[in-house]
Amino acid sequence: MSDTSPQHRRRPRSPRFDPRRLAGLLRKESLQIVRDPSAILIAFVLPVVLLFLFTFAVSLDVSRVRLGLVVEDDGPQAAELAAAFAGNRYFDVRPARHRREVEDGLTDGSLRGMVVIPQELDRRLASGLPVQVQVVTDGSQPNTANFVNGYAGGVVANWAAGLPAGRGGAAFRPITLRPRYWYNPEIESRRFLVPGAIAIVMTMIGTLLTALVVAREWERGTMEAVLSTPTGVAEILVGKIAPYFVLGLLATLGCAVASETLLGVPIAGSWLALMSLASAFLVPALGQGLLISTLARNQFVASQIAIFTGFLPSLLLSGFLFEIDSMPIWLRALTHVVPARYFVSSLQTVYLAGDVWGALLPNIGAMLALGGVFLAVIAAKTRKTLEP
Amino acid sequence: MNVRLRSQVVKEMLSYLRDPRSRMTLIVPPLMQLLIFSFAATLEVRNVDIAVLDRDSGAWSREMVQRVDAAGFVDRIVPVNSLAELRRLVDHREVLLGLHFDAGFSRDIEAGRPAEAQLLVDGRRANAGQIAVGYIEAVAAQLGAELAPAGGVPPPSTVVRHAFNPNLTYRWFIVPSLSGILAMFISLVVTSLSIARERELGTFDQLLVSPATPLEIVVGKTVPAVILGTVLGTIMITAGILIFGIPFTGSLPLLLASLVLFILSIVGIGLMLSSVCGTQQQAILGTFSVAVPIVLISGFATPVENMPDWLQWVAQASPLKYYLVIVQGSFLKALPPEVVLANAWPMAAIALVTLTSAVVLVKRRLS
Repeated sequence: MSDTSPQHRRRPRSPRFDPRRLAGLLRKESLQIVRDPSAILIAFVLPVVLLFLFTFAVSLDVSRVRLGLVVEDDGPQAAELAAAFAGNRYFDVRPARHRREVEDGLTDGSLRGMVVIPQELDRRLASGLPVQVQVVTDGSQPNTANFVNGYAGGVVANWAAGLPAGRGGAAFRPITLRPRYWYNPEIESRRFLVPGAIAIVMTMIGTLLTALVVAREWERGTMEAVLSTPTGVAEILVGKIAPYFVLGLLATLGCAVASETLLGVPIAGSWLALMSLASAFLVPALGQGLLISTLARNQFVASQIAIFTGFLPSLLLSGFLFEIDSMPIWLRALTHVVPARYFVSSLQTVYLAGDVWGALLPNIGAMLALGGVFLAVIAAKTRKTLEP
Repeated sequence: MNVRLRSQVVKEMLSYLRDPRSRMTLIVPPLMQLLIFSFAATLEVRNVDIAVLDRDSGAWSREMVQRVDAAGFVDRIVPVNSLAELRRLVDHREVLLGLHFDAGFSRDIEAGRPAEAQLLVDGRRANAGQIAVGYIEAVAAQLGAELAPAGGVPPPSTVVRHAFNPNLTYRWFIVPSLSGILAMFISLVVTSLSIARERELGTFDQLLVSPATPLEIVVGKTVPAVILGTVLGTIMITAGILIFGIPFTGSLPLLLASLVLFILSIVGIGLMLSSVCGTQQQAILGTFSVAVPIVLISGFATPVENMPDWLQWVAQASPLKYYLVIVQGSFLKALPPEVVLANAWPMAAIALVTLTSAVVLVKRRLS
């Protein structure tokens, strides 16, 4: 590395930005984005696909669950209960007389649960004996199992309330709880899934894409070439980050417009808040991408690290799908260095509750602080590489 | 096996395993992901903070709050004095929900009238909120049952049994599923990069002038990726049994055979991607654009039958959908061989289609 010594002498003398040099770098990076269709794909096509899939495929809103209904009793009350199950809009019922007719359905996955209306149901009701309806769920899918259990219980309770008094009907319930969901009264899952989708897309652009782009420069040796020019480290970093920063903001805007117009998910807060959050999140996301590429210098390794430390945490450790409070303490501690954690929680606030700046500002601060740490490490690392 | 083919396979294997860094990234992250994410993914709600606005401050509201506190999912109970204060705590996400007793709650209970309390839940965290509401409703029902006049007939109720997973342990679901998803990601990335990297580095031109046929090139790229994906999948299945202690009730040979079919179908998709992508960046981003939808429509997050009809049709083409049925069933349900078979042949069909298309696409590249 014979070119390191002039480098070494020159850089401390011109630490300031040269606008022309920077403009040249920015132009080069922007052209690279525009010329490669994969960047456009990830920034504009994938978000729309994701939003649609989140709305239609992952929607946690209830829909029809296939249920085996075993009616062992011939009485009128049993028939009424069976009709209540058959008429329920959450269940798609397969009737049977014996358990063994539907038990296989639980094993091969064609049924998610089974309800057994027991023998002598009418006789027991008439003689004032307690009655229990058995619900069997497919526990291999815990989400659906919970749903089946909850809604089957609801159907039975409704039916019981209509029974004549003295036969278990009109039961007295001393305490009633009235739950009310603020910001999302209908509990539409798409309204909190959209913010999560935005966070994922931004992580892909900020972290994965940047990691790949810079890793490629190291892989091909063009990064060394840039470093050996009079360009300062700060200029190189800004030149790399700025175009992807803009791309990320455009993608956020695209996501927000698409979710509002196509999916009918409006923003409760302001666009200003949305864009400030996106800008704040892009700092650590881009920083992380640059850091990964600086450490990996190989596109395959960089992509694996980006998936492992960027994409998957933004999906699983951000509070988007799984509640952070419920995780073991060591994982909860880990989520504090996941920028998406602050981003997802703030986006949900802006989307559902509005501009609660008291809740947003600490998150923005945390994201910027994480970004600062990443950038400082990169600056140190990049300088070191040419000054052994 | 002819010499040309064998040296192709060896060369491909070396390109992943020679560099210690890429060797590490093949083995370590998937296992760490399995470990971390199986702990992250839980459907239970714990350690949440709850605000209490008690305008009643009678014996029964206090009793109720005490029981909620003792129910095991609450970290902190925050007493508040006004609805505005409650609202502020929820707004700032300091509490998940607020429990609001109006004056007269205890008086109603004493008098035998139905008493009401309100739960004000943060709709941004509606998933956790609904679960917590369920817990509190159980507490209220228990308290109510103790208050009910003795001697009455209890109303008809349900008794539930969760087959295959009696305590609905979420880890029993997530670990087998993740073993399939993570093996899929690795084999997809590895194959989609294989041809794209050669094109980016210019070594694909050398393949063009070599006597290798398109079929040989495809086989040469397929075999190492299949070996990698299968080995990783097997390691994760083993970890599920030995480290996570998940009951394994099915047939291991059948599961492993299905794993190979599954990886074959995925590798076919990866090769198709690879032959249309000109750079590694395109290949990796293309992988994502394919892999994320495959996971979302596989039935991992929600059962396939809950999706709209058109999406259910699309889901039939997702190999992961069939593999998840087999891997979840082999762990928990002692899946009978005929059900394994019924889910294995669609994967074989998908593998046949994707690998054939890959040969065709590579042939077009070569000419």
